[in-house]
Amino acid sequence: MTITKKAEGEKLSIALEGRLDTTTAPQLEAELKRSIGGVSDLLFDFEKLEYLSSAGLRVLLAAQKVMNKQGTMVIKNVNETIAEVFEITGFSEILTIE
Amino acid sequence: MKELTVEAITENIDVVTDFVNEQLLQAGCPPKTMSRIDIAIDELFGNIANYAYHPGVGPATVRVELKHDPLSVVITFIDRGIPYDPLKNEDPDVTLSAEERKIGGLGIYMVKKSMDGIRYEYKDGQNILIIEKLL
Repeated sequence: MTITKKAEGEKLSIALEGRLDTTTAPQLEAELKRSIGGVSDLLFDFEKLEYLSSAGLRVLLAAQKVMNKQGTMVIKNVNETIAEVFEITGFSEILTIE
Repeated sequence: MKELTVEAITENIDVVTDFVNEQLLQAGCPPKTMSRIDIAIDELFGNIANYAYHPGVGPATVRVELKHDPLSVVITFIDRGIPYDPLKNEDPDVTLSAEERKIGGLGIYMVKKSMDGIRYEYKDGQNILIIEKLL
């Protein structure tokens, strides 16, 4: 998985490419740990993300909990497979998907 | 029928995924179905890698069979680790808020929902988990 990060003041956007799974989720977790402090506007771009498993959901849930305290978190360009994962797991109610 | 036996470690999830995808491609599996199966592999082989032989390591076998009429794939995961039936777990409550959420059990729940069949048996000291998906 490739992580492309763009920071602008309190705004952080993270684009993911590949698969967010057991093997790659720790990369995103480490990246967020490094960069989420002081961010009020977090944007994930999933345009090039193929799919995610529960390991990815765990990291997104942790990020959402942090952002609930310090700002907003939006996920955009979700494909059909990922939308289905969010739907099945009820994450579509927890996350803001545009 | 084809099968692959590897050490049950998370580094081998990609090896197993590639092995299964190769059979799926030959069978003309649609990309969306392949993604769903790949997610199931990450959940199931990932569980074996993380828990079956904890804190040691051991082997896991993945078997792929194609069935016709209707066209479907049957994937069997076999390990000789601690006896564990993941289907016995209660389904997670997927209506809770972010703050109340627990992540445990979500992976197997997703597999149950996205596959057309799933069953578990313990036989001859082996955990055997079988999933089936229509292609």
